[in-house]
Amino acid sequence: MPITIALAGNPNSGKTTVFNALTGSRQHVGNWPGVTVDKKEGQYCKDKNLTILDLPGTYSLSPYSAEELITRNYIVEERPACIIDVVDGTSLERNLYLALQIMETGTPTVLAVNMMDEVAAKGDVIDFARLEAELGVAVVPMEARNNKGLDQLMEAVNRTIGQNRRPRQLEIYSLAGKVDEDTLADRRYSYIQALVDTCVQSKKNQAVHGESLSDKLDKVLTHRFFALPVFALVMYALFAMTFSENFLFISGLPSPGIALATLVETLWGGLTRVVSTFLENAGAADWAYSLVVDGVLEGIGAIFGFLPLILVLYLLMSFLEDSGYMARVAFVMDRIFRRFGLSGRSFIPLLMGFGCSVPAIMATRTLDSEKDRRITTLLCGFMPCGAKLPIFIMFVSVFFAEGNKTLVLFFLYALSLSVSILVSLIINHIAYRGQVSNFLMELPHYRLPTLRSVWIHGYEKVKGFVQKAGTVILAATILIWLLSNFNMHSFTGENRLERGTLLAEMDDSFLASVGKAAAPVFKPAGFGAWKPTVGIATGWVAKEMVVVTLAQLYSEDVGEEYLEQYFASMDAAALKDLGFSDGIYSPAEAFDIYTEAVLMEGGDEHALLSIHADISTKQAALAYMAFNLLCMPCFAAVGAMKRELKSWRRTASAVGIQMATAYLVAVLINLVGSLF
Amino acid sequence: MTLGELRPGERARVLKIGTQGMLRQRILDMGITPSVEVKLVKVAPLGDPLELTLRGYQLSLRKSDAALIEVEKM
Repeated sequence: MPITIALAGNPNSGKTTVFNALTGSRQHVGNWPGVTVDKKEGQYCKDKNLTILDLPGTYSLSPYSAEELITRNYIVEERPACIIDVVDGTSLERNLYLALQIMETGTPTVLAVNMMDEVAAKGDVIDFARLEAELGVAVVPMEARNNKGLDQLMEAVNRTIGQNRRPRQLEIYSLAGKVDEDTLADRRYSYIQALVDTCVQSKKNQAVHGESLSDKLDKVLTHRFFALPVFALVMYALFAMTFSENFLFISGLPSPGIALATLVETLWGGLTRVVSTFLENAGAADWAYSLVVDGVLEGIGAIFGFLPLILVLYLLMSFLEDSGYMARVAFVMDRIFRRFGLSGRSFIPLLMGFGCSVPAIMATRTLDSEKDRRITTLLCGFMPCGAKLPIFIMFVSVFFAEGNKTLVLFFLYALSLSVSILVSLIINHIAYRGQVSNFLMELPHYRLPTLRSVWIHGYEKVKGFVQKAGTVILAATILIWLLSNFNMHSFTGENRLERGTLLAEMDDSFLASVGKAAAPVFKPAGFGAWKPTVGIATGWVAKEMVVVTLAQLYSEDVGEEYLEQYFASMDAAALKDLGFSDGIYSPAEAFDIYTEAVLMEGGDEHALLSIHADISTKQAALAYMAFNLLCMPCFAAVGAMKRELKSWRRTASAVGIQMATAYLVAVLINLVGSLF
Repeated sequence: MTLGELRPGERARVLKIGTQGMLRQRILDMGITPSVEVKLVKVAPLGDPLELTLRGYQLSLRKSDAALIEVEKM
């Protein structure tokens, strides 16, 4: 019969480190119903009958935040066999406040006094026997980050469970409900203060001891003048290490994130080639071939392709979090972001959104409040991520050839930011009106995180993405494949009779029919034709697909003749540069190279001439770019949103807001633009 | 005076928390209770929030919240 032991404690008390040390890799991350808070469970690595549950980090059991409600309800209603309350030995006074509330519930409790190395460094001596006698619970000193004290902790837990030892009923517990909240909090803290005074011998004279390293660091990191430059530098480093293709300003040197992503792509490309060759040789039907190569492998590839970015970003994020710098990020940026109804911490996910929304959305987990997590997750979809850039570049070169291209790009970036701010303000106003400011926050000591804990965070994040977002991405990719490769004639057999294949051309597919039906909706935005509409839909597989799809749909403009003429003026070196093998023009490679190396880079101002019939004005082109910028992000990002928001309903309403915003903005641009 | 009027480096004793509901509970839970001694360590680079030391740890809170807490300078 498995026994559940719950881990409780303040944020920054090292609770998660204790959890990781006790459970090793046998963890399961689920979620608490109704909120965006992880529910982590694991088996104790030395006794499989003991399940350890990691409760959210809280400062008290007052029903103040989602985290506190969960912890409170769990302890009161589920009655775990034993609670391990992890307290930070360097600030016992505040940590014991939660401990007191936990012990008041009468649940068997063990106090794990963590960070004993820092306590010793501070010169404090804690009288554990006295603490144990006063509180009537086992008190165990430990250094979780160095794996010290774990066995003693679990022995104490076993003893507590075996004897069904309940905490001593202190006189102060009987006050609850009899006095007002001020008096109660004051009495609890007074009791703790007296307790700490008798149980801790501290060398309080800071003058002798001098400033700690943490204090010195903080002087620089939150300095009046240095704080912002240092912050900019840290953020730049975070972004560059994840997304930069010219790392450390060395041209062509990929950052760890990009290097890993390229490696995964290459490996996956190789595997795809092996499978496709095998299927060809085995004589697989073309629909089966297409399903495996363009549907399944493409979909799984899309999932894998994001893993390196998530891993690298999350390793860096957990380093910042564990080191204590993240709290300072909030401290420094709060003033700005509060105006928009967000917290300073939202800066990081939004910044990462400029690279890729998927790791950005995963990063919202580090935000403090439910509200901030939900709003920031939604806003990440508005960011001009790297995959949206090819759309903008192609449109700018085709529609704004003689205009100021930089100005158009700048407009889109500014649009993304202003729309985000506006949407955040509106949501705050409508859905979260009158919510209390949540900026009473501890600024923890700076600590050097352990490699192990940083690694576990990164690994958990990657695993969670594959498990929770993977199915969404794969299913959606296959759905779009199905819609763009089939029509009714596929099933009546007419395709086979007429064309010798089950599959349909894209301009005759279900997707085209859907596009034709939906196109009138976009009339007010200026691009109410079916081809641009289909482009938007394939953009949900991956945003840069918009360019590829448009090239396929306007194929009369990129016929063999056109391509041959376009590439004719180039010499062998230029052709090789673009990707033609051996620098020789070949019609077979021409289309792919044209879309990827020319269209996406904005190399051909006369590209896709017939698109001007569907998108006839500059404002319509701008509206189309804006729509692709703001509408539902790619399926991978939606999968990540689902993982973070933890419910289909919330994910659907977030996507709904994104679509509505995109539509409104596109229509507005087209209307205002046509006034000039 | 209120906590928001302290200057960096100054110490004060908390007298009264002039707000109700969730925020009051949160302020109390974080250890800002009547009679506790606090020190204003610094103001964030952009002028808000504030950093306090109390009960052996550092707490940050917004000026608007600090303005609700009555203190006497020590």
